[in-house]
Amino acid sequence: MLDFGTKVVAGVTPGKGGQKVEGVPVFDAVDEAVRRKRANASIVFVPAAFAKDAVIEAVEAGIRLIAVITERIPFHDALEFQPYARSKAVTVIGPNCPGLASPGQAKMGIMPNHIFRPGDVGVISRSGTLTYEIVNAISEAGFGESTCIGIGGDPIIGTNMVEALALFQRDRSTKKIVVVGEIGGTAEEDAAAFIAKNVTKPVVAYVAGRTAPPGKRMGHAGAIIQGGKGTAESKVRAFNDAGVRVAQYPVEVASLLAAT
Amino acid sequence: MKFLEQKAKEIFARYGIPVPRGVVASRAEEIADPPLPCMVKAQVLVGGRGKAGGIRPANSLEEARAVARQILGMNIGGYTVKQVYLEERLDVENELYLSYSIDRTAREALLMSTPMGGVEIEALPREKIFMECVPVLIGPQPYLWRSLLKKLSLPKDIGEQVVDIARKAYDLFRKEDAELVEINPLIVTKNRRVIAGDAKLVIDDNAEYRHPEYANLDQDRTPLEQEAHEKGIAFIQLDGDIGVIANGAGLTMATLDVLNLKGGRGGTFLDLGGTDDPGKVAEAFEILLKAKPAAILLNIFGGITKADTVAVGVKQALEVMHANVPVVARIKGVNEDKAKQILRDIGMYPAETIEQAAELAVKVSHGGA
Repeated sequence: MLDFGTKVVAGVTPGKGGQKVEGVPVFDAVDEAVRRKRANASIVFVPAAFAKDAVIEAVEAGIRLIAVITERIPFHDALEFQPYARSKAVTVIGPNCPGLASPGQAKMGIMPNHIFRPGDVGVISRSGTLTYEIVNAISEAGFGESTCIGIGGDPIIGTNMVEALALFQRDRSTKKIVVVGEIGGTAEEDAAAFIAKNVTKPVVAYVAGRTAPPGKRMGHAGAIIQGGKGTAESKVRAFNDAGVRVAQYPVEVASLLAAT
Repeated sequence: MKFLEQKAKEIFARYGIPVPRGVVASRAEEIADPPLPCMVKAQVLVGGRGKAGGIRPANSLEEARAVARQILGMNIGGYTVKQVYLEERLDVENELYLSYSIDRTAREALLMSTPMGGVEIEALPREKIFMECVPVLIGPQPYLWRSLLKKLSLPKDIGEQVVDIARKAYDLFRKEDAELVEINPLIVTKNRRVIAGDAKLVIDDNAEYRHPEYANLDQDRTPLEQEAHEKGIAFIQLDGDIGVIANGAGLTMATLDVLNLKGGRGGTFLDLGGTDDPGKVAEAFEILLKAKPAAILLNIFGGITKADTVAVGVKQALEVMHANVPVVARIKGVNEDKAKQILRDIGMYPAETIEQAAELAVKVSHGGA
């Protein structure tokens, strides 16, 4: 994150206050980091069992943006901390996500730095490494990214696909949008409906899990076809109906972008 | 975590939700005192038991044993029936439906109910279903029960019992970290009692650590999937012959999709996750090899995962297992050149892109190279 240009002003680990990591001071609590270093965003790596605590602590300390990288957080915890953060107008990204990055500016996440190039493509993804694959393809094709948001693979996430689309539609430095979806839930169908109504920028999509069997949870807590709902076909159809071209292969996203 | 009907009903009863009397049996001979007349119900983790002949009536002890003998060992949806549940037969006046699940968009619990129970909820028109979100931070408020009663338009004495069950089911949904609590049918008997006819309960796998009491329950996993689960490896057996292993759920799914587009069929979904610990990688490969794939397709895109340490793990596993399965490897990320060299040294087929790797995997799985 430091190499990416992020101003990392503090780390927080209870009991480790007073130490330094890569020259960055460590505090025992979030409110100390906010008071002493004016931290206004937080990235959460703490183990799943303590993630709810970390998010609420950050919200109460006055943090405005929280990226939760931690995977395997019980979603009943997310059902508590997500609405709570929203009630305080705090933006949460994730959980179970690689974070977010704006090349040339800052990164709050674990994505590899070298795949990014500054540019005007906004990327929204439910996945981690698949995002790297696609961002890499976008960069190698000569495009670059304005911002990449890994919204997370859990069923209960802080910023969903529609909200991320709305942000990119408003963002002046974004000219084109890439959406990386997967099976499970109706995020892609909702996104398609939103795009048809509200998004004027060209959108290209990829949907993972075309060959996933129903009833099986494909690694991500949110990636499951249940009761015939959440299939890749339904998502691809919804995108196509909204005029969004869907890549068959991940790298094909780049050539579809070139054609928009 | 999924629960057999009988186990789910045991948990329902703990929360005060009325359930029929019943006894469980895994052998016909052990049935001694079933609540007659009864229904003999196959205990499997899949739906469609009734249609498959897995739920049948019995009027005497002899008949109950005879029916149980027929149902035990039956194959329903790929699962062998190991247990039957013998349950008192109810005089059904009508059947309702009640469930709690989650609304991903609202980020709240979702209460669904309808007076037309006993059928698949998906088959009903939307306007026949009462659907209301419950903000988990606040919990259900009295208006929720008022509108539920209005929608179901039930007589007062029955409505009160339904609301009482709805309250208790919500309590269960929250305290047990459930992703689904479903009562279908919720039976109204001729003597005006409301009882859970069936019970479906699914608990969040990620909350397993808060519910150690359920750790040893049978799940709908293959023996190999069970072994992987115990080792904390995300692994699913599929019906193809090419073992797919990648890092990250989305990338693993995408790799399977690309393989399919190239004419191959994935035999496994194995998500290595964020690990590059050679020991863990070796463990994952051991599971993969036990699935006896014709070829293995490894696709790694490193972030925090280092490519060369993954390669070391792969090497160790193949050496220990003495495996001579062809492996096609596509590795990108930190130290990828080192990784490629390690893999080449042990005779793997290197590939630059997923597409190339998939094509090559299809070829070597047929014995070509």
